[in-house]
Amino acid sequence: MKKVKVYVTLRESVLDPQGSAVMGSLHKMGYDEVQDVRIGKYMELVIGDGERDVDALVDELCSRLLANTVIEDYRYEIEEVVSQ
Amino acid sequence: MKFAVIVFPGSNCDLDMYHAIKDELGEEAEYVWHDTHDLSGYDGILLPGGFSYGDYLRAGAIARFAGVMDEVRKAAEAGKPVLGVCNGFQILTEAGLLPGMLMRNKDLKFTCRTVSLKVENAHTLFTNEYKEGEEIRIPVAHGEGNYYCDDATYQHLKDNNQIVFTYAEDFNGSRNNIAGIINERGNVLGMMPHPERAVSDLIGGTDGLPLFRSIVKQWRESHVSHA
Repeated sequence: MKKVKVYVTLRESVLDPQGSAVMGSLHKMGYDEVQDVRIGKYMELVIGDGERDVDALVDELCSRLLANTVIEDYRYEIEEVVSQ
Repeated sequence: MKFAVIVFPGSNCDLDMYHAIKDELGEEAEYVWHDTHDLSGYDGILLPGGFSYGDYLRAGAIARFAGVMDEVRKAAEAGKPVLGVCNGFQILTEAGLLPGMLMRNKDLKFTCRTVSLKVENAHTLFTNEYKEGEEIRIPVAHGEGNYYCDDATYQHLKDNNQIVFTYAEDFNGSRNNIAGIINERGNVLGMMPHPERAVSDLIGGTDGLPLFRSIVKQWRESHVSHA
């Protein structure tokens, strides 16, 4: 069994209105050091052991549904889960 | 002419769409549930607005994998008119039937009001009852109508006259004020504004009617000439 952590973020070239609003708020609070805020999504998947290569499988899940690659990039980490 | 109004869990403009076709246009319409696997009996497909599957993940992302979408794709490939309004437009982009993507409005606000649109292309099966360059008043009601596409896609849309409607004034951040686009073949239209909410003076205007009349007119003409 594997635990997969998926991070979906807006592509660099795409404006992030939510991120801009949050950065504006941080600046108003006095945190002038903050130079950029990008908001994304974090998902956790648990994947059972099977025939398929987990990397290829997760890549497929991400590109088909979890991210829209027109505006989003994704990356993921796979952890082995030891069943108890 | 017989239209299918596709109903997903969370669709909420299906009744307006049905009303526009049935009561204002006098054509046939039926509600079709999202798990239907046969649309062969319909001449036109309408994907209404709403919040299919709660807009979970991304607007339209989950609806795009509903059983009926294979049939919508087939209908599009067969050249039948397919119209996606608001959430319907979002579903069509997620499904890859139209290029680009609808993002959060630039001001993060849900905007619900009547806006002015410019008819950029009056030579489509959806717009032949309008005049090119005509300004029409159609309601919008969306929080994610900010049309995005990359430079190459925009150039392609422009070169092929695929930009059908633009907003007279920017309010949601859409690239070059794009409000509605059509596929290359010219039979799949996606638009954020709601023509089905502008079909009677009683509800504030009739500028949406010519869009539906165009579809029917084109269909009648092609079916008479092929008879």
